[in-house]
Amino acid sequence: MSSVQIRDVRKSFGNFEVLHGVSIPIEDGQFVVLVGPSGCGKSTLLRMLAGLENITSGTISIGDRVVNNVQPKERDIAMVFQNYALYPHMTVGENMGFSLKLRNASSDEINKRVKRAAEILALSPLLERYPRQLSGGQRQRVAMGRAIVRDPQVFLFDEPLSNLDAKLRVAMRTEIKELHQRLKTTTVYVTHDQIEAMTMADKIVVMHDGIVEQMGTPLELYDKPENQFVAGFIGSPAMNFLKGHVRVNGAAIFEGPNGVKLPLRSAPAGSDGRPVVFGVRPEHFTIADDGAEAEIVVVEPTGSETQVFAKLGGEQVVAVFRERHQFNPGDKVRLRPDPSVIHLFDEATGKRLNA
Amino acid sequence: MADIAVAPRAKPQIQGAWDQLKHNRNWLGFWFMVPAMAFLIFFLAYPLGLGIWLSFTDTRIGRVGHFIGTENYEWLWDDSIFWLSVFNTLLYTFVASAVKFAVGLYLALLLNEHMPFKALLRAAVLIPFIVPTVLSALAFWWIFDSQFSIISWSLRHLGLISQNINFLGDTTWARICVIFANIWRGVPFVAITLLAGLQTVSPSLYEAATLDGATRWQNFRFITYPLLTPIIAVVMTFSVLFTFTDFQLIWAMTRGGPVNATHLMATLSYQRAIIAGQLGEGAAISSAMIPFLLAAIMVSWFGLQRRKWQQGESND
Repeated sequence: MSSVQIRDVRKSFGNFEVLHGVSIPIEDGQFVVLVGPSGCGKSTLLRMLAGLENITSGTISIGDRVVNNVQPKERDIAMVFQNYALYPHMTVGENMGFSLKLRNASSDEINKRVKRAAEILALSPLLERYPRQLSGGQRQRVAMGRAIVRDPQVFLFDEPLSNLDAKLRVAMRTEIKELHQRLKTTTVYVTHDQIEAMTMADKIVVMHDGIVEQMGTPLELYDKPENQFVAGFIGSPAMNFLKGHVRVNGAAIFEGPNGVKLPLRSAPAGSDGRPVVFGVRPEHFTIADDGAEAEIVVVEPTGSETQVFAKLGGEQVVAVFRERHQFNPGDKVRLRPDPSVIHLFDEATGKRLNA
Repeated sequence: MADIAVAPRAKPQIQGAWDQLKHNRNWLGFWFMVPAMAFLIFFLAYPLGLGIWLSFTDTRIGRVGHFIGTENYEWLWDDSIFWLSVFNTLLYTFVASAVKFAVGLYLALLLNEHMPFKALLRAAVLIPFIVPTVLSALAFWWIFDSQFSIISWSLRHLGLISQNINFLGDTTWARICVIFANIWRGVPFVAITLLAGLQTVSPSLYEAATLDGATRWQNFRFITYPLLTPIIAVVMTFSVLFTFTDFQLIWAMTRGGPVNATHLMATLSYQRAIIAGQLGEGAAISSAMIPFLLAAIMVSWFGLQRRKWQQGESND
């Protein structure tokens, strides 16, 4: 186990820079998730950490050692690939023992470690099978087994669950988290799925267009997104945004499109008349008499909760209610965002304005 | 039971035998196979059968033969030129196939790397394959000519030799030359086919192996080579069959000479059957190739068996 330091790392392919100076400190034993939309550079960063891509500038250290010029096999890391990259001509046991075989470990040693990893992952009955004879979830576990056998300083996961069906993905999510709690190996996990990030991470790093937008614990990111991108990326359904102005006329209010007025708990100093983006999560709407009038467009019950799409000041917003209301399309309701948990962003820069 | 199933049909048909043949599903399958079967019977099975039959007769050009049993074969058994041609064919096939495999694999690995003008280079590799055999054989004939050889000329001007090498007049040189020409022609087929095989190997396997600590050689030894074996079996079977039965190249370059040093079974058969008119004996030489070819096919048959790791459900 080791800490990992990524300091001001840049990556260019030819003249095209894909990472513009990324710094991420990762503590020993931490489970860090790099999350962001496709093309944000998260997989490239992971591959640089693995040594599969070279580093244009900046440094990456594992433990106390700068690994910029260290061969992948000397870095003491293990990686789980999106397509698992299992060797099709080797049995499960041979797949898992391959790295040890290359290190000239004795066959006793290989058997012992493969057996131990197989027990951890419940793969013992499958050791003689070939990858083709396994289900998707089993292959996924073999890929993890191959990493565990190495007993590396750092585990790297590159979108490991994206080839699985929805149900299996949820199960494997828990399994990976449990595995991490058991082995306590430093883990860097790349995904584009914010739910995976939220559920698994000790620390989430949100990346976008080659920069780090924000990093922090899942709840920090959820409660206090530093900018509009993070606010919109984390949380499902996504946060609602309304463009408008702050008005301080006695009580602070937000004046949105078509004269919609929403209460603010306080206005940032000197922000009267400032153009802002008002953000409210779907679950932070309540039905109240002093709410703003909205017209219901679509109602989607999921059982545990109901998603309501409505027009608020001409803009479509989504609200989620856990209690069961009788709504029909065309109904008028009064929606009130909870002023204690709303978010204000600068319209031009997208930076968070309220505390 | 069958009656019940048939009964609700809209139009009960009173069928003649001809209608049966036209509409019955099993017969329909047969009709679809007829063109292919006819083609194979007329152009493959019949000539093969006729060739084997001729080998048991004393047919000559212009004279219908009589069945003479295995006399042709007995005659060949004591024919040192026949045995020389068998030796030549085996030598030719073995050396040329081995070199074609080595060079083809090397080229395929090279062309699978990232490099500038990759598409152009891949196309260029195919050139020897595109040129008609006889044309390239004629070109080689000139290259290896005793007087006008460009190789002799170059070496003489470099001061390495004082007189021309008699490439196609010396038994050892002649063998080397025809084998070289065969390799030159055969390498593209092996290279391009193996390249196609290499491209089916997922790059992430190499990345995984690299992270597992494999060197470039170990990447080849433990990943590339085992995954390529099915394709190697196919391509080498074809390569061996083509080389063993080669005729054009030899005939255009040496006609089996000098002193029969480059006579293959195919060229000897042609010489005895067509040039000398001894159809029966020529057919016997051709038929003698069959056991060798069958052996080559058997080897590949076992090589081509689906390996254990290829079995099972393909649900990826």
